[in-house]
Amino acid sequence: MRDVVALALVTVAFLVLPLLIGQTEHKVMAHMQNRLGPMYAGGFHGWAQLIADGVKFAQKEDVVPERADRRIFLLAPGVALVPYLVVLAVIPVGPGQVAIDLSLGLFFALAVMGIGVIGSIMAGWASANKFSLLGGIRSAAQLVSYELPMVLAAASFAMAAGTLSLTGIVEEWRWYWLFWQAGAAAVFFVAGLAELRRPPFDMPIADSEIIFGPYTEYGGLRFAFFLLAEYAGILVLCALTTVLYLGGWKGPLLPDAAWTLIKVFALAFIVIWVRVSFPRMREDQLQRLAWVWLVPISLAQLALTGVVKVVTDL
Amino acid sequence: MHRARHWFPTTVYSALVRDYYGSYVLVAVLFLIGGGIVAGGLAANRLLRPNRPTPEKLTTYECGIDPVGEGWAQSHVRYYVFTYLYVVFAVDAIFLFPWATIFSAAGYGALTLGEMFVFLGFLATGLLYAYKKGVLTWV
Repeated sequence: MRDVVALALVTVAFLVLPLLIGQTEHKVMAHMQNRLGPMYAGGFHGWAQLIADGVKFAQKEDVVPERADRRIFLLAPGVALVPYLVVLAVIPVGPGQVAIDLSLGLFFALAVMGIGVIGSIMAGWASANKFSLLGGIRSAAQLVSYELPMVLAAASFAMAAGTLSLTGIVEEWRWYWLFWQAGAAAVFFVAGLAELRRPPFDMPIADSEIIFGPYTEYGGLRFAFFLLAEYAGILVLCALTTVLYLGGWKGPLLPDAAWTLIKVFALAFIVIWVRVSFPRMREDQLQRLAWVWLVPISLAQLALTGVVKVVTDL
Repeated sequence: MHRARHWFPTTVYSALVRDYYGSYVLVAVLFLIGGGIVAGGLAANRLLRPNRPTPEKLTTYECGIDPVGEGWAQSHVRYYVFTYLYVVFAVDAIFLFPWATIFSAAGYGALTLGEMFVFLGFLATGLLYAYKKGVLTWV
């Protein structure tokens, strides 16, 4: 029974929270750019804009280009979306409040998150479109470059906590992690943004030059699934960063789950803020950032984590 | 001891196995739920949407003019060296995870720390070598 309720809650969170982040992005971006953003749908400050969008997407024709690799083309949005639902289930929102408590939760989360990118590579290849192919190849390039610093940074948290269980990591978390693990957190968050292809790392999508890259040929509900995958990805990245670096549910006064949500949304706000503030990075700058900055920083962080851990335990 | 042999396999061991596989059964169920959400959405979409394909509509989209040549063109994949680097480093990085959980356990201490620096040294040297070779600059 507990499992049924937990999985139902995860599913609801997966369907609702990304929309909340999306709506926040609409409004925050608009106000940062001196606009109002959606104001009509639903009456109050356009709160129902994304629901209206969903209704529109659901009614649109499903066009599969003549030349496309039909089966892969149809499958790609599902491959992009579903992994984020599965990762969400291993993230604890409170002590013992986790749908699936895996002893190697961190490892599992990293492994499954990587699958999402394959959806966009599949879409890029199967569309048989030059823009899409370019976008797909860029997605692949980004995945190979940023996965490594992300994994190394995550390993630093695992070393600090001495466990791979996400619940265990939060239990081991202490306030001084905010300083001790700052390098790992920066690398993890930046690499995560790059893996989600969020601006300024949106070279594979680049709507103004390669027309949304892998998604060029998509319309209707399948396109909406790709969009949902992006926002679900933001949710997962922010939740993982919260659990690893910000102490998850820990905080005074408020209930555990409230603290988790507050931290997740604060990070999501930063994700939006970054999008508004930074211009898109060129492909060579992207690769350079990963290999010349993020990988060395994460190696140095591993050394720091190891030394501090062993010295304090002596 | 005699007693322990009797109960260990039947209760503790099977409980461990049940818990372990039980959580992965949940993972599988969640994949099914995800597939259900996608399939259900698309089924609803099928009932709601029009379907009027025309040859023009089904052509590949390229700036509004008729597409030239194939979408699957041969191109120079400039980052293939990054892929090699990634495979080498990521396979190494996997070994960090089991090690990370025990390296500070009692009785290891300075020894594992030394090992860690050997490991990091290998990675850093590899990266430095790639850097010197000019591999990390986009062609």
